Amino acid sequence: MRWLRDPLIWLILLFIALLLLMPYSGALFASWFPDLSRPLYQQESFIRLAVAHAELVLISSLIAVVIGTGAGIAVTRPAGREFRSVVETLVAAGQTFPPVAVLALAVPVIGFGEQPALVALVLYGLLPVLQGTLAGIDAVPQSLREVAQGVGMTPRQILYKVELPLAAPVILAGVRTSVIINIGTATIASTVGANTLGSPVIIGLSGFNTAYIIQGASLVALLAIVTDRLFERLLRLFKNG
Amino acid sequence: MIDFNAVSKQFAGKAAVSNLTLNIAKGEFTVLIGTSGCGKSTTLKMINRLVEHDAGTIQFAGEEIRRFNPQALRRRMGYAIQSTGLFPHWTVEKNIATVPTLLGWSKPQIAQRVSELLALLNMDESFRQRYPHQLSGGQQQRVGVARALAADPEVLLMDEPFGALDPVTRATLQQEIARIHQLSGKTIVLVTHDIDEALALADRLVLMDKGEVVQQGTPVELLTKPASEFVRQFFGQSEWGIRLLSQASAGQAARRGEWLEEDAIVESMTLREALSVFIARGTDKLPVRDGQLRPLGVLHFADLLRQQRS
Repeated sequence: MRWLRDPLIWLILLFIALLLLMPYSGALFASWFPDLSRPLYQQESFIRLAVAHAELVLISSLIAVVIGTGAGIAVTRPAGREFRSVVETLVAAGQTFPPVAVLALAVPVIGFGEQPALVALVLYGLLPVLQGTLAGIDAVPQSLREVAQGVGMTPRQILYKVELPLAAPVILAGVRTSVIINIGTATIASTVGANTLGSPVIIGLSGFNTAYIIQGASLVALLAIVTDRLFERLLRLFKNG
Repeated sequence: MIDFNAVSKQFAGKAAVSNLTLNIAKGEFTVLIGTSGCGKSTTLKMINRLVEHDAGTIQFAGEEIRRFNPQALRRRMGYAIQSTGLFPHWTVEKNIATVPTLLGWSKPQIAQRVSELLALLNMDESFRQRYPHQLSGGQQQRVGVARALAADPEVLLMDEPFGALDPVTRATLQQEIARIHQLSGKTIVLVTHDIDEALALADRLVLMDKGEVVQQGTPVELLTKPASEFVRQFFGQSEWGIRLLSQASAGQAARRGEWLEEDAIVESMTLREALSVFIARGTDKLPVRDGQLRPLGVLHFADLLRQQRS
């Protein structure tokens, strides 16, 4: 029964309950906001919005992780070392663009829908992953690398057996930041036509419907918190293992 | 076993090692000694190609080392550095098994080899599953030595292996490595800046300065026949005599056929330690026993003075 005392379980249960019960909360929001003619968001089911949101974040984060760690590894190899500052500057520049601007710029090129959102989220998620990878690999002591070489490991073995395992917690921390940022940014992505939990929020904002905003925002916030806690659990496993 | 012939190495135009010629015989314990930046570490790292030489030839087992695949060459040579060199994310067992794993040994073979090495270095089996951060500095260093010995290498390269240890632990580990050398007859090349460590361990001592060999020979040769003022200075005017005493044992110097019914010292004790006992007891005669604790003879205080001539 010890798992019952785990706050993570309760957070997950709370999220699921909120998701399932939201369609039946019309009466609650009607009494809370008596002036609104339609107090409950009904254009699309909340479950479908949550799945689409999670999908968008998952795909964009996966791409960001692959590119971010790949670039981080590449520029710490002897052959790629000179490109390090270029890559860092490029990725940091991606981050300085406001997400709305990236979305707006992507629309004329790609059109409305999921794709511009995906591009913006990938650009946004890259920096923390790259920074985590660079910091993690940099933190491996030079003496350890030399010993690994001295006992006869090939450069590839040094990367997979020594550098990456030691850098893993820092890389994972970068991935965590990236995913959390993307859960938030995906909310704004509904402005360009992507269906996410941000849709009720954006529609609520433009139509002065506070009930919609609360419904969307509470689910997004809870999703972000649950994800963050999950990452913390994963990180703790890594450190103890 | 390892032959340097007119080897030079430059770092950014500055000579780290110049025109070095050095022959390391099979089974010999060679110690490279010198001040910081004298090129001794560079010399060691050239043997396993962590540093590539610019000019001259280095031969290992009769073949130029450039002909070897660097990874294959390094796996034939054990390599140990200061205690920071253990992989922190691996258990003691996995650390020791590094090279055998790279060489693709079978699991039971590796497990057995780890047991042998733990026993050789006087470590309990319970250390197997521990991580480096759970060990003391001396224990970490033992694991480091065990790892270097794991695949039964032809040569053992050690770069200031005991540099970070306290004097007591350091002395124990020095005895241990000397014992391993006697047992295994391995060729060992050790780099240190600690004169007493060098004198205690070396069969052959190579004194380096500014990238060149100043003098090489047995420790006694370097102490009694210094080739230059630098060598004399290096071994210290004030402690020179004491250091010379550390090169001979009580067993060698004791007078046979005499005996005294007193608390005896063992024959393996150095004359340096014996001098300390003479002074502590305020006596001028000490009985000496052999390894089996049988009476061997008596060491007179005057015998210490005969050392300079030998």
